[in-house]
Amino acid sequence: MRTSQWSALGLAGALAVTLTACSAGSEGGEGGAVEEGLELTMLIGSSGEAETTAVQAAADAWGEETGNTVEVIAANDLVQQLGQGFSGNNPPDIFYMPWDQFQTYAAQGFIEPYASELENAGDFLPALAEQFSYDGDFYCAPKDFSTLGLQINLDAWEAAGLTDADIPTDWDQLASVAQTLTTGDQVGLSMGREYARVGVFMNQAGGEIVDGDEITANSEENQAGLEYLQGLIDAGSLKFPQELEAGWGGEAFGLGKAAMVIEGPWINGAMANDFPDRRFISVELPAGPAGPSTYAFSNCWGMPVGSETKDATMDLIEFLTSDEQQLAFSEAFGVIPSTESGAAAYAEQFPDNSAFVAGVEYAESPVAFQGAAAAFADFNTQLESIGSAEPASILDPLQANLEAAYAEANG
Amino acid sequence: MAVNAAPRPRRGGGIRRGEARAGWLFVTPAVLITAVFLVIPIALALWVSMSDWNGFQSPLNPRVNFVGLENYAAITVEDGLDQRNFGTAVRNNLYYVLLVVPLQTIISLLLAVQVNRAALRGRGFFRTAFYFPSVTSTVAIVVVFQFLFTASGAVNAAIGALGISGPDWFNDSTGLIHGLLSAFGITQPPAALAEPGFLGISGWEWIAGPSVAMTSLIILAIFTTSGTFMLLFLAALQSIGSEIDEATLMDGAGPFRKFFSVTVPMLRPTLFTVLTLGLIGSWQVFDQIYVIGGGSAGGTISTPAFLAYRSSFVDLQWGQGAAIAFILFLFIILLTLVQRWVLTERTPRKRNRVAATEKIAANDSTSGGLR
Repeated sequence: MRTSQWSALGLAGALAVTLTACSAGSEGGEGGAVEEGLELTMLIGSSGEAETTAVQAAADAWGEETGNTVEVIAANDLVQQLGQGFSGNNPPDIFYMPWDQFQTYAAQGFIEPYASELENAGDFLPALAEQFSYDGDFYCAPKDFSTLGLQINLDAWEAAGLTDADIPTDWDQLASVAQTLTTGDQVGLSMGREYARVGVFMNQAGGEIVDGDEITANSEENQAGLEYLQGLIDAGSLKFPQELEAGWGGEAFGLGKAAMVIEGPWINGAMANDFPDRRFISVELPAGPAGPSTYAFSNCWGMPVGSETKDATMDLIEFLTSDEQQLAFSEAFGVIPSTESGAAAYAEQFPDNSAFVAGVEYAESPVAFQGAAAAFADFNTQLESIGSAEPASILDPLQANLEAAYAEANG
Repeated sequence: MAVNAAPRPRRGGGIRRGEARAGWLFVTPAVLITAVFLVIPIALALWVSMSDWNGFQSPLNPRVNFVGLENYAAITVEDGLDQRNFGTAVRNNLYYVLLVVPLQTIISLLLAVQVNRAALRGRGFFRTAFYFPSVTSTVAIVVVFQFLFTASGAVNAAIGALGISGPDWFNDSTGLIHGLLSAFGITQPPAALAEPGFLGISGWEWIAGPSVAMTSLIILAIFTTSGTFMLLFLAALQSIGSEIDEATLMDGAGPFRKFFSVTVPMLRPTLFTVLTLGLIGSWQVFDQIYVIGGGSAGGTISTPAFLAYRSSFVDLQWGQGAAIAFILFLFIILLTLVQRWVLTERTPRKRNRVAATEKIAANDSTSGGLR
């Protein structure tokens, strides 16, 4: 009798301690009135040393100016560490919000819709502002952006006797130069075997994933996009990085295993770091039967909902998204500024990358509504059989999964 | 009074007064640690698995609702992506367990017997060498394996020398049984196996066998764990006295007879330990999968433990993640109980045999023998 009372008491006590720890209110600054002496934490998903250093330098410059300090943490696994921070009730004050997770985070009420209150809210490219809006609210400031382009290995290009006039501008030309460039140990074209690359071809064929309120993932046009890629695979002129023993398209390109790849401006930094001898140019993606199309990827500066350092963080974000600062980031790691004037200045300053800026005209944002990430993860898995399967058998599961996710997100 | 006091000494005075209290005082740290790090987290996880918590703030905040068994239903009975992902993960892990547990047990036992031989030169070296993979971090071994098993890696170079062109190990999603069937020209499922079955996975997919990628992970697991289990077997082997060896020798048992009729039965308790640890460990496999990326190889290397992680941290479906973890937990307990029952069932026979052996040894008899 007595023993069970004791143990019950002990358990209850322990439970109480833990529960209090779990439900304790958020700590942090003192109500936002204080604008000095704050210690902000920033979690970034860095592409490498160059990006981390540049972001830390920018944050330090702001801290110097305002009398605050910012600790920049480069995440090993951004999404996991964000999830951990939020569930532990200790999210970073400011973080990179990946485009494919944005809708989910906004729908779940994790992030603060602060962007329309920014002084430079109107300066951002409209497509990007739209990408980071949920339910009509402009949530977070686009950090920068990238579009996809076609990279061409100039050595391979010249060796195959091709000239500037041969730069492909439509599907047929792409297929033909890819064929020409395919030799014994070099494949003409490579790209990531994932929605964020393959989807471009579906768009170029006139397909859409979501049309208004309807999921149209298995439309004729999307199938035509996959069929075109299958044609390239059958001809042996398209291989995916996995088949070339490369981690991603850029590595296959740098190693000379692929003469052309489809990547974004980050390819410049990667080549400069790992394959400084690679001579290449980036051109706009060839247009499909339904016209040109590319994807625009962007992260935004996320802020946790109800942040107690909101004013200071917004000030920091205004600083980080100013044209001047964004161009400094461009210099450091190749991204394109997210503001209209910044993007224009970028095209002038970095003429080699003008193809990426030109893509903005017709770029689309990849579909990323709440719950879509899991459906696309499954689609990426299905794509492993793109070489042999019927396009419909790859797109039908995507259609079903997206319909289910869409119904849940809007129901 | 004295009669009353006698049966309950703790209540009265005397030398044992306060012993219970002191006892509780001494176990308090252990109880507290168990409660804080085990009981309460499990209780919280159970709550999360029945709630719609999305990973924002505490799972006990008032916005979180109780949803009953909805999360469990989503991964087990409701048609959809979540169910198929779970079904695939269970299928993958099942083949992993079916191959890893028997193989690692047999290999570690054989290794232990070999390094236990008195006649072996450089025993110390071999013991260390076989144990080495176990003290190395799995992550480090996975990275080494990735290099060994790439399409142009050392493994393929070695089998290429034999004229066989090796697969692209970690990216090949072909199931071994599917591969075998296709050698006989069967590449499409018969109609009966094509329909979605248990956990949303068609019968054809259930019999796919471990994919080539999973097989590489199975080899890796056997490589890393057999050293540890070898050590357990070695300790048990060394507790078998040399008099028993002599006795079996006198009875005319050859090395094989001795191994199967004397050594293995005497190792039964260790065998139980090894099988249980192996079973639990291989149903919880996570780190290798995480390092390689659970979504690769057509989803054929994803496991429930990895899926629980991904559902929670990436898809923010914490309820489903916790539900997967709980199903796994119950399943492992169930399997362990079954296995315990299977292994204890034969205890009487084992006793007889061991007793017989011991009697012979004790009698120092040259006649009779085992039967």
